[in-house]
Amino acid sequence: MSTSNSQSIPVTNMMPNMGWFLGLFKSLQYPALGITCLLALWWVGGYMIEADPDLSAFSAFAPAPTFSALVDMVSSGEVWAPIGSSLYRILAGLVWGIAIGVPVGVTVGYFGVALKVTNVPFQFLRMISPLAWMPVAVLAFDSWDSAIIFLIVMATVWPIIFSTAHGVRRIDPNWFKVARNLGASGFQMLRRIILPAIMTDVMAGIRLAVGVAWVVLVPAEYLGVTSGLGYAINDARDTLAYDYLAAVVLVIGIIGYGLDTVCSVLIKRFNWHVE
Amino acid sequence: MGASISLDFITHKFSATAEPTLKDIENRIEPGELVALIGRSGCGKSTLLHMMAGLLIPTEGCVRINSHQVAKPSAKWNMMFQKASLYPWMSVKENAALGLIFDGVSKGEAGQRVDALLDMVGLNDKKNANVQSLSGGQQQRVALARSLATEPEVLLLDEPFSALDAFTRTQLQEEVPNICRERGLTMVIVTHDIDEAIAMADRVLIMSQNPGRIVGELVVDLPWPRRHMDAGFQAMRDELMKQFKGTDTGLAGRHTSVADESEKTASAA
Repeated sequence: MSTSNSQSIPVTNMMPNMGWFLGLFKSLQYPALGITCLLALWWVGGYMIEADPDLSAFSAFAPAPTFSALVDMVSSGEVWAPIGSSLYRILAGLVWGIAIGVPVGVTVGYFGVALKVTNVPFQFLRMISPLAWMPVAVLAFDSWDSAIIFLIVMATVWPIIFSTAHGVRRIDPNWFKVARNLGASGFQMLRRIILPAIMTDVMAGIRLAVGVAWVVLVPAEYLGVTSGLGYAINDARDTLAYDYLAAVVLVIGIIGYGLDTVCSVLIKRFNWHVE
Repeated sequence: MGASISLDFITHKFSATAEPTLKDIENRIEPGELVALIGRSGCGKSTLLHMMAGLLIPTEGCVRINSHQVAKPSAKWNMMFQKASLYPWMSVKENAALGLIFDGVSKGEAGQRVDALLDMVGLNDKKNANVQSLSGGQQQRVALARSLATEPEVLLLDEPFSALDAFTRTQLQEEVPNICRERGLTMVIVTHDIDEAIAMADRVLIMSQNPGRIVGELVVDLPWPRRHMDAGFQAMRDELMKQFKGTDTGLAGRHTSVADESEKTASAA
């Protein structure tokens, strides 16, 4: 008895660790395969550019020079300033987008008349590329920074409005009836019932908005400003530093992925639906 | 304590050109009385209950609770619906305490006050549970605790047990009138189930359709707790069935066959 016990204890202690590693491996194997394929394609592309005499001037786009440029940028610290500027613009745009989008979305979702009145104009405005507002933005705002933030707001506000309104329309009408019956005031209804009920939809709208905003930000930063990741790309192109240009592209992708991950974690956090 | 409810010549139309849904409804419900409103689906019994809750205002006449005209909902006259409609982002306890929170009671105090109520409705081990993990019966018990938390004078029940399994339904049909009697609450239940009406009420009001009127009344003077198999219960059911047939409310279906069968067994004996 005692020998079998002493043997079984280490085994049972080992099992959770093994299981954990196995689980981690399983959850990472498919993303790892995808990333490997992407790197392989990039490498093949770089190889073909280098092999073509007409294009060999652009051979710095290949993975090896790009990664060494990235290491340079990170170790010298020059990567942080453009990241900081871009993140500031995107956050400022997002804050405005939420501040405008959520109240408008709640109004449109709650009042049927507001939905009917705004539907066509909103669908019309939504389809206009945020970048098309650039000339207007430059005239209307006295700094380039404000103009870019305005463009980000024009990109973020629509997904947030539509997702919020959709969330409000989906609210179980009985939830309003029960709350009224328990004596809820208008403000209490908003705070205790409507906002928690639509939180998942608002977060889903913010996630979409962040994706669009990040895509719009880079071309917006080609214009006027002298900071940010978009400017860094333009600058690298002008100085023919293609390895740096590719490294900035890599940074843009990584940060975009990071922002999206933060959003999806927040969506899970606010989601009250039972899986 | 319970409050009196008077229904003063209520007529209701859902639009100006429509036929009235309710016509000349007049009745008085005494403080602490348990009343069942029965009638066929669409006879307006639920509409009448919504008026008592202040969720709907009649086009003519009014509802008075303790002689005050009901103009809007209040936690003092509280309604329980067919669906529990709990808020899934709140725990069982937070759901039960919601009416108190709306009333401006602090979170801590509200929690303390609903503790005893949740014990009473048999959810002492579920206080912090996610409401989505509860069974239908447990959810309806949370809704009951939520309705009682604000210490209402009137408890209005809109077919609250019709979606529950038979066992849970029978339990709650016994528990809810007990709670109302202990607290002296006035209770009005809307149901289309004759057994439920007799099991829970002191008085049954029978409604007809097109337009909705109160066409009959039966005083249920049976002792508590009510047992479905008792002779008195059976006699009361037969009496109610007879009134239905007499008033031609069309509330037939399985209940008629139950009554017919009991007649057959009676004649066979």
